[in-house]
Amino acid sequence: MILKSETLELREDNAVVRVRQRARALAIEIGLGLVDQTKIVTATSELARNTVDYGGGGTATLDVINEGNRRGLKLTFSDQGPGIENIDLALTDGYTTGGGLGLGLSGSRRLVNDFSIDSTPGIGTTVSITRWI
Amino acid sequence: MDTNNNLTELFKKYEQELLTDWIKEQLAVIPLHENLLTEFEVKQDTTDFYNAFQLAIQGGELVDIKGAHWEKTLQLLDNITKSRTRLGFTPTETATFIFSLKQPLFTLIQKEFGRDVNTPGKELWAATVLLDKLGLYTAESYIKTKEEIIRRQQNEMLELSTPVVKVWDKILALPLIGTLDSIRTQVVMETLLQEIVRTESSVAIIDITGVPTVDTLVAQHLMKTVSAARLMGAECIISGIRPQIAQSMVHLGVTFSDITTRATLADAIRHAFAQTGVKVSRASRQV
Repeated sequence: MILKSETLELREDNAVVRVRQRARALAIEIGLGLVDQTKIVTATSELARNTVDYGGGGTATLDVINEGNRRGLKLTFSDQGPGIENIDLALTDGYTTGGGLGLGLSGSRRLVNDFSIDSTPGIGTTVSITRWI
Repeated sequence: MDTNNNLTELFKKYEQELLTDWIKEQLAVIPLHENLLTEFEVKQDTTDFYNAFQLAIQGGELVDIKGAHWEKTLQLLDNITKSRTRLGFTPTETATFIFSLKQPLFTLIQKEFGRDVNTPGKELWAATVLLDKLGLYTAESYIKTKEEIIRRQQNEMLELSTPVVKVWDKILALPLIGTLDSIRTQVVMETLLQEIVRTESSVAIIDITGVPTVDTLVAQHLMKTVSAARLMGAECIISGIRPQIAQSMVHLGVTFSDITTRATLADAIRHAFAQTGVKVSRASRQV
């Protein structure tokens, strides 16, 4: 069940900072510990920047969710960019097409509890992450 | 034209009465504070504005306040609004300056032209339109002032440059603060490299205590700087890695394996002293 939802535009670099700040605020609000806050915010930073840099911009949706008796913060990053041809390859440590470290996507997966990626070449990419409390 | 004349005459004839009532109305609503806005200042502002206002309406233009006749009056109103906005007044409180003239003015119009059935309606309407326009003008002026403040703060934040500080002979420190994924960061890092050459330093400490998020981009910036410094013969130490940042970095897969890192700036300085052969000892007190 979604308790609270907000969607932010992700068009330029500055938006990454804004999304990160909102993610941190919500993480604090639902009571995530300092380490978990930092983890989800770091993953947010990676994925938000991917949306801007590789997806050509898109949106970030921040949801506070409730499942049974646990609460969590779920973030969904969507773009209508070129998509990812080979998701397994993209999730390999060190693989990059943009000159980065190649750890953003794979590292994000390790920073959160739930991770899902859905991408169709030519249509776009959606990545969802959830950190449960 | 008659209506305008009537109003102009009214303002002239009842100047004292209107001013007194207007000031009284304002004082009832506006938050007064010795250090912010005194009763004297309210009186001063009101009287100044009243005089300018009288001059403006003598031009006979009561509808279009964008004309030359109104220029001085609007400027005065702008200044009054600006100073009150900066004092932290709310939009309502700033607009009150104009709107509190309504009641005394309408009462007066009613009293003065009440005998003629048609006139007070016209006068009231003309006065209401004029005061509303001036009231809206204060709202615009309020927003403009706030925007100026925001713009100034934005510029100040951009200029928040992080200084490269000399800790000791041949030891530099760069305390980084805030978001590290901007162009500003690259400028800061370049400054560090230049300072290394200028001061002939052999150790540079990059302290990231003030950086809330370290992601792969930030890590990459740091690694590039460290590599560049190394090429120039200086060793870099990254300090201020807090426990939560360390854990996130491990999960991300960023290891900084060949970079010297320390938890605190003090540790980094101690390491730098060891590297450069500086010995620190407690002086024994001589009596």
